[in-house]
Amino acid sequence: MRIALFITCVNDLAFPATGIAVTRILRRLGHTVDFPADQTCCGQMHANTGYRAEALPMVRNYVDVFDSYDAIVAPSGSCTAMIRDQYPHLHPPATSVAARTYELSELLVDVLGVTDVGAEFPETVTYHPTCHGLRMLRLGDRPLALLRQVRGIKLVELGDAEECCGFGGTFALKNPDVSTAMLTDKCARVRDTGARVLAAADNSCLAHIGGGLDRHRSGVRAVHYAEILAETGATS
Amino acid sequence: MNPPVAPATGTGRIRTPLPFPTAAKPAVADTQLRANLHRATRTIRAKRARVVGEVPDWEALRDAGSAIKADVQRRLPELLEQFEASATAAGATVHWARDAAEACRIVVALTRATGADEVVKVKSMATQEIELNEALEAAGIAAYETDLAELIVQLGDDTPSHILVPAIHYNRAQIREIFQRRMADAPADLSDEPAALAEAARAHLRRRFLSARVAVSGANFAVADTGTLVVVESEGNGRMCLTLPETLISVVGVEKLLPTFTDLEVFLQLLPRSSTGERMNPYTSMWTGVTPGDGPQDVHVVLVDNGRSAVLADPVGRPALSCIRCSACLNVCPVYERAGGHAYGSVYPGPIGAILSPQLTGVADNASLPYASTLCGACYDVCPVKINIPEILVHLRQQAPHPPVERATMRVLSWVMRSPRRWAAALRLARAGAGPLGAYRERRTGARTLRRLPWPASAWTRSRDLPLPAPQTFREWWGKQ
Repeated sequence: MRIALFITCVNDLAFPATGIAVTRILRRLGHTVDFPADQTCCGQMHANTGYRAEALPMVRNYVDVFDSYDAIVAPSGSCTAMIRDQYPHLHPPATSVAARTYELSELLVDVLGVTDVGAEFPETVTYHPTCHGLRMLRLGDRPLALLRQVRGIKLVELGDAEECCGFGGTFALKNPDVSTAMLTDKCARVRDTGARVLAAADNSCLAHIGGGLDRHRSGVRAVHYAEILAETGATS
Repeated sequence: MNPPVAPATGTGRIRTPLPFPTAAKPAVADTQLRANLHRATRTIRAKRARVVGEVPDWEALRDAGSAIKADVQRRLPELLEQFEASATAAGATVHWARDAAEACRIVVALTRATGADEVVKVKSMATQEIELNEALEAAGIAAYETDLAELIVQLGDDTPSHILVPAIHYNRAQIREIFQRRMADAPADLSDEPAALAEAARAHLRRRFLSARVAVSGANFAVADTGTLVVVESEGNGRMCLTLPETLISVVGVEKLLPTFTDLEVFLQLLPRSSTGERMNPYTSMWTGVTPGDGPQDVHVVLVDNGRSAVLADPVGRPALSCIRCSACLNVCPVYERAGGHAYGSVYPGPIGAILSPQLTGVADNASLPYASTLCGACYDVCPVKINIPEILVHLRQQAPHPPVERATMRVLSWVMRSPRRWAAALRLARAGAGPLGAYRERRTGARTLRRLPWPASAWTRSRDLPLPAPQTFREWWGKQ
């Protein structure tokens, strides 16, 4: 199977560790991963902020770059949801490649049929199911099923887990007061768990919650769950 | 030949006087309001989840509700004429109102014709939308709200902040204070026990019911094949208003139509479970025109458009007209919970308000509302008629006037991101440009983050640290493999 990695624009620039982790996991499982260098951005920010026309060139570029692959994996629930839910309406020729685009846990659990990826991570971790993964992709407990197989991990449940953190892309900038009020509650629930690590499927949401946790010097580290799955306990 | 007439936009209490972010600011800062909303929305949310969870065919019911409403929207003109014919045959008089002002004029004229100078009111969103109480007052007619929460809001010189629970923003101590200040016949030793507050309101309202000659209601449903109107309520005040006075005037949005009486089977299951979290509401009143010798003998129905035809004309936004005003979307919305209902500046707050108000008025008049959502999707999951609220929000954002600076930024970003070459160069530039700063911040604070930035980035850094580009981008790492 030809698997391509769609890193997403935010990860490429600010969170390369997530892409490195995805690459390591897939290679460890014996798969070859391609990174087509012509990829850019899925266009979600433009489309969801009211700039559909400006998003379309990115959508077309995605089709050009990824259409020849059997499976495309994106370490982001919201970018995957943008591609799978919105692309077929925005640009009908994207329908086929959209259906072959998977969020990481979908690729691992549904396509490759694994939940134990051979990881070890001796930390207390809580998991926040980000909105688009939860309610658009219906990831269910796939990411948690993967995390439960990690050796040494202690998973603790997050209160009000299914409530949005207040990021919402440009919402955080357009409605800073409401966004901050939601973030404050989310950070409080994270701290209630006593976990040292907060995991999620989207680095954009994690940058928001993590940015709040850092501001309060909480000592809680926000990481993409791929980084946990990539850890084997061996010093690299 | 007449030129085609563009559907008129709506008037009344459906416009934000202030942009949502500005209007939300005081609400977010009001800790008492936040606590009241937090407690109330979570209580109703849990009740709804419990009674919805026990219905094995809930998803099929939602599909049926959604399909019936879509059918209504496809043939609304035909169904409205059918309703008019059925209701007229049963002895009612049907009136047509293009907008809020016309609807108010009709109700005022009908009330004046009876010689009455007061009306009792059943809780109704449509009459709040057209600002009927204000119009009646201007005409020298006193309008008395008889729903407990509407009474609280009216006595407090306030406006409703929730579709189902208009006084959700008050706690019982605040309600006691309003009653003591504004209800002349309230007991001097009134406590803030819910039962005592309800008893005071009951005694106060009973005199009104017995003396009123005109009642004004809305309707939850209007059945086309029989001409029947339906009001669903909890307190029994509605039943009093609908049966005791001589004249009954019902103000009904044109989207409230159902094709047949049997369609009620679906909606009377969906509505109470979604709204109050009850298996069935205590009072369901249905009336079909006039029943000689029983109940009101002078029955009027005012069918109101007020922008609904414009909504109907947009196939993507149209499902907003399927709303049955249950308020389940408000009760699960994290934005509503923090901002409260008044921030939406319309009688329709919350997620449904964010898609309905801008469509009724035209998006330019309510441009901030489609952005009053994180697109988290919780509203769509609980909607009993499956209105895809996030999809319609995004659709309306296309039509909203965009701030020039934002538009310019978005265009530049699009120009960069549509080209693999330009995007790769931009990544290199961002990484290299922020590199020294990132390294400096990392030495000083242990993290590559910024804590304070000037406007407009301050909207982010006021409450969260901002990550700087990594020392190497992912593609640079990949290239070195």
